[in-house]
Amino acid sequence: MTQSHCVDLQWQTEITRLSGQPISLCYQCQRCTSGCLPAAHADYTPNQIIRLIQYGARERVLRSRAIWLCSSCYACDVRCPNGINISDVMDVLKEMAITGGLAPLEENAPLFHRLFVKDIRRRGRVHEAVLMARYKLRTGTLWDDLPLALRLYRRGKLPVLASTVKQKQTIRRLFHLAESSVKGGRTDQ
Amino acid sequence: MITRLSYYPGCSLKATGLEYDLSARAVCRELDVELTEVEDWNCCGATSAHSLNSFLGLSLPARNLAQVQKGGLDVVAPCAACYNRLRHAEYHLRRHGRMGTLLEKSLGFVFEDRVTVLTLPDLFVRRVGLETVLHRVTNKLNGLRLACFYGCLLVRPPRITGAIGQARDPDLLDRLVASLGAEPVQWSYKTECCGASQALTHPEVARAMVSRLLEAAREAGAEAVVTACPLCQSNLEMHGSTETGLPSFYFTELMGLAFNLPEAQRWFKMHLVDPTRCLACCRGSASTLLECK
Repeated sequence: MTQSHCVDLQWQTEITRLSGQPISLCYQCQRCTSGCLPAAHADYTPNQIIRLIQYGARERVLRSRAIWLCSSCYACDVRCPNGINISDVMDVLKEMAITGGLAPLEENAPLFHRLFVKDIRRRGRVHEAVLMARYKLRTGTLWDDLPLALRLYRRGKLPVLASTVKQKQTIRRLFHLAESSVKGGRTDQ
Repeated sequence: MITRLSYYPGCSLKATGLEYDLSARAVCRELDVELTEVEDWNCCGATSAHSLNSFLGLSLPARNLAQVQKGGLDVVAPCAACYNRLRHAEYHLRRHGRMGTLLEKSLGFVFEDRVTVLTLPDLFVRRVGLETVLHRVTNKLNGLRLACFYGCLLVRPPRITGAIGQARDPDLLDRLVASLGAEPVQWSYKTECCGASQALTHPEVARAMVSRLLEAAREAGAEAVVTACPLCQSNLEMHGSTETGLPSFYFTELMGLAFNLPEAQRWFKMHLVDPTRCLACCRGSASTLLECK
């Protein structure tokens, strides 16, 4: 028997440890999925993601579109009869997909998240207008929402000056610590 | 009696959610709530930081809690996402597990658990009290039918927000708008997701989610949707209101309207979708303020 036919239980153990969630308790009732609005647009539903973790299908999960369609609304957490906080599992998977370089290239969500935290790193706060412009530029959609940007500007909602945190060194320190937590493995909670 | 509180505006309230900030401050002033902005606050990271790095997702809001603790006053966070992240950080600091200890160490502070993190509806219903609100109403929103939209992060997950028993069918906003003379409608989409940042990353998915929501509000007989989150409000306005013609208000704007605050007109002009249409034909005295435009 070759190894590829075996179920890799180690990955489930790893995700269980990192997320603190009892993944093995899932009995596929699908209550999470029936409450998940974006599931209809995803390649896998939340219950399927949990099953794939149980199977140890690491690459399939980390390359999926499903984890990026999760907007952390916590509906699945409230619904699970076995107390699995699936949103926490999703966060672990997103982090793993990014650090492992497995997030699909055509997915825009990882790019958006990265630009978002970059803005925080720079100023301690997010300047929505600059963030939107950067994101639109990188996704080649800069001109799509120009009329919208103008409407926002006219309503005083796109302030030109960015506000900044005074204690920038504290923010920078948090980023350094976050980066070392990636190198040393995720800090389980 | 004056209530003194810390105020955590967050990034959106300085930009796309500007009218939420202005109306929240104005309404608080009217109800003798004195707000002091959290000293040197930083972005809470929602929802990107926690999707990328668990430590970053908690340490950014934890720094704000450290700043709030220095001030010593309870804090109110109008943005549902900011509120949710602050409560997440508080949860870990309180549990004092590995993450809680790491947060304290990296921020050089000791969490004393002295201050409470509040939502704005919490503040008005539970602290100020509906009777005080009712007393201040001079311009009843007679019979305006409203669908109160709580979204996700104000109530979920209950282990973090403490909204036990309120996670599926919350009622603070409903009670609040009822005290203004409006008529909250019963509907099943109160705590659905607006799509959050999907509006940018998967616009077609967000559009489908928002359309479903607005359709449900309309079916329940609502003339407008009421929000308590800048992201919900933006998504409803940008991805649906124009199609269904159903406007959205921040609940604080409606309070300002019911309190007869003249600046309310300025807030409504900041909307992307004109919300005054439903007020113009409103059967109450509210329409007089807006001169039936």
